[in-house]
Amino acid sequence: MSFAWAKQYEPKTDFTKWLDEKLPLPRLVYSAVGAGYPVPRNLNYMWNFGVLAGFCLVLQIVTGVVLAMHYASNTEVAFGQVEHIMRNVNYGWMMRYAHANGASFFFIVIYLHIFRGLYFSSYKAPREMIWLLGVVIFLLMMATAFMGYVLPWGQMSFWGAKVITGLFGAIPLVGEPLQTWLVGGFAPNDSTLNRFFSLHFLLPFVIAGVVILHIWALHIPGSSNPTGVEVKKESDTVPFHPYYTSKDGFGLGVFLILFTFMVFFLPNTLGHPDNYIEANPLSTPAHIVPEWYFLPFYAILRAFTGDLTIPFTGIVLVQAKLLGVIGMFGSILVWFFLPWLDKSPVRSGNYRPMFKKFFWFGLIPTMIILTICGGAPAEEPYVVISQIATAYYFLHFLVILPIVSQIEIPKPLPFSITEAVLGKDADETAKAATATPGTSAGTPAGATPAGSPEPAE
Amino acid sequence: MTIRLGGIIVGLGLTAILLLWSLVPGLLNFAMPEKPDYYAFQEENVTPEGGFSFAGPMGKWDYAQLQRGYQVYKEVCSACHSLKFVAFRNLEELGYSDAEVRAEAASWSVPGIDQKDGSVIDRPGLPTDQFPSPYANDVEARAFNNNAIPPDLSLMAKARADGSNYIYSLMQGYVEPDPADQALSPEFETPPGLYFNEHFYNINIAMPPQLLPDIVTYSDGTEATTDQMSADVAAFLTWTAEPSLIQRKQTGWWVLGFLLFATGLAFLSYKQIWAGMKPKK
Repeated sequence: MSFAWAKQYEPKTDFTKWLDEKLPLPRLVYSAVGAGYPVPRNLNYMWNFGVLAGFCLVLQIVTGVVLAMHYASNTEVAFGQVEHIMRNVNYGWMMRYAHANGASFFFIVIYLHIFRGLYFSSYKAPREMIWLLGVVIFLLMMATAFMGYVLPWGQMSFWGAKVITGLFGAIPLVGEPLQTWLVGGFAPNDSTLNRFFSLHFLLPFVIAGVVILHIWALHIPGSSNPTGVEVKKESDTVPFHPYYTSKDGFGLGVFLILFTFMVFFLPNTLGHPDNYIEANPLSTPAHIVPEWYFLPFYAILRAFTGDLTIPFTGIVLVQAKLLGVIGMFGSILVWFFLPWLDKSPVRSGNYRPMFKKFFWFGLIPTMIILTICGGAPAEEPYVVISQIATAYYFLHFLVILPIVSQIEIPKPLPFSITEAVLGKDADETAKAATATPGTSAGTPAGATPAGSPEPAE
Repeated sequence: MTIRLGGIIVGLGLTAILLLWSLVPGLLNFAMPEKPDYYAFQEENVTPEGGFSFAGPMGKWDYAQLQRGYQVYKEVCSACHSLKFVAFRNLEELGYSDAEVRAEAASWSVPGIDQKDGSVIDRPGLPTDQFPSPYANDVEARAFNNNAIPPDLSLMAKARADGSNYIYSLMQGYVEPDPADQALSPEFETPPGLYFNEHFYNINIAMPPQLLPDIVTYSDGTEATTDQMSADVAAFLTWTAEPSLIQRKQTGWWVLGFLLFATGLAFLSYKQIWAGMKPKK
């Protein structure tokens, strides 16, 4: 694991020596996020979001466990229990607002983390497994967040649950019984609320487990970096601690400032007012919308408005609802295939002129448009716009990416990370100028054979 | 290679299905939705002159206003609307003393059980009681109100977009339809049993106008205009929706202040640790 020059943990006191023999936990931490993990020296602020996502998970678990102590998953009392937390529990309002806004900020962080990965092709070999596990984490997060939104048992909770569980009804043959089984009835009810609470409590710990695998898989090739050039020598890296712990500390501070600003001054801005109305199965809200972080996928779901028929015969092959469900799940499942769809040997979007254009002028605007359309009522012109955006979304990953990676001529890559940071001439003198603790000797820069395994073109 | 070829085929196929079976029929029948005529009557929410005292990051409760708002609720709204998430003891937060809260609670009658024979009775309220509902159940509420249930008001200020201003606007939205809008849709008229209100989401509301001038006599001598009562009751219902509103904002300043300081220190340590690592340009 990791690089040859990674420092090893050396216990100093009798106690730590004893502990290192019996249970080398400090050694594990030292090698995972301490001075024993060499990290590329050129990471930019986009590399802060992994640590921030981990922080969000811990924040959600801590606030969530406290909320669970005061909540009751019974449709008769759930809405009132949430108000009990808001009014009677000491600082209950703070816990609940932190948890609700924490979910939103978790998704903001995760989206930035994912799109960092898309732009810098962090999914490419040798990091496919990290990416695949990341997509699994994202799917688990979506399930957890969806079920969490049902727990306050407001109008949007109920009707959101009804719409999303209704998706399973679109599956041919087994759909209806499957839906009834999943919901525990014909519409969301007490059984639904109970099982959602149970799963909402369980899944974050499953996420934590997959996060451990995600980090484990990361430590085998080490972190990627903005040039996409692999680490070649010691001067390309710095120890995670103190270099990136200090940078992540600053990033965490900025994150917390934005987060607490929302929690204390605009706590309901990202939510929907209808969720302060108790669930009423007999009164449908004018517009059923999910939380903002699901809007792009909701827009894809609703973009499929026509049944797939054989023209002029009226025979329905696939119903529009099922097409929408396939489209929505497919829009995330397609990420599983990215490592093999994009065959360009160059990782970083900075050195891929054509890919870069499609990313900034294609994919990013598409995601914004889908978010807007997902929040808009299902009427024109939003339907047509979301259909075009949905088409681009799939074309981007399934058609444009494979073709661009085939025909694109990338810009020349820097020889090494050190060269990218300090300039061509500085590479030789880099060592002396930037001697980090423990970086006394190493192979002279430039001694690496030109035909290194690093793909240059 | 197989995956990429497969991806291209799946991508083109899915796009073709989307475009040919969903987009093209949609375009052929493309129709921008026509908004119902009455949307023309809809007006934006308005804010009381000078704004609410609790608005903004430095907001504070105006306790005299909250007490006036409570009086409006008690003497007007409570005839039809419940306030089920608020207890009498919470009134202490409006600046009433313990004795005043006890007396106030006792002036309400709440459902109880006779301790001698277990029969259902009405008894004077205690500070620990929640505000009682004016109706025994939803069926009774409908029967008395032209089939519309008067909603609970505890959370109204959060259950509507821009809630405080919405309540203030709605209370004085009972106006004559704008003649210009009426001219555009001459057939529009408010159905019997409903009332025109330019701030209600579908213009015709089941609740009759309530806050007619001097319907309450304020104990602090303030003149009870419709505008005054609307602002007061909107402030009171903002408090019932979120009693911790001001505490929240004040806590927020301490938290933000600490975080700005801590983040400043974190930034300095980051810069110090990285000094010499970045190229000098």
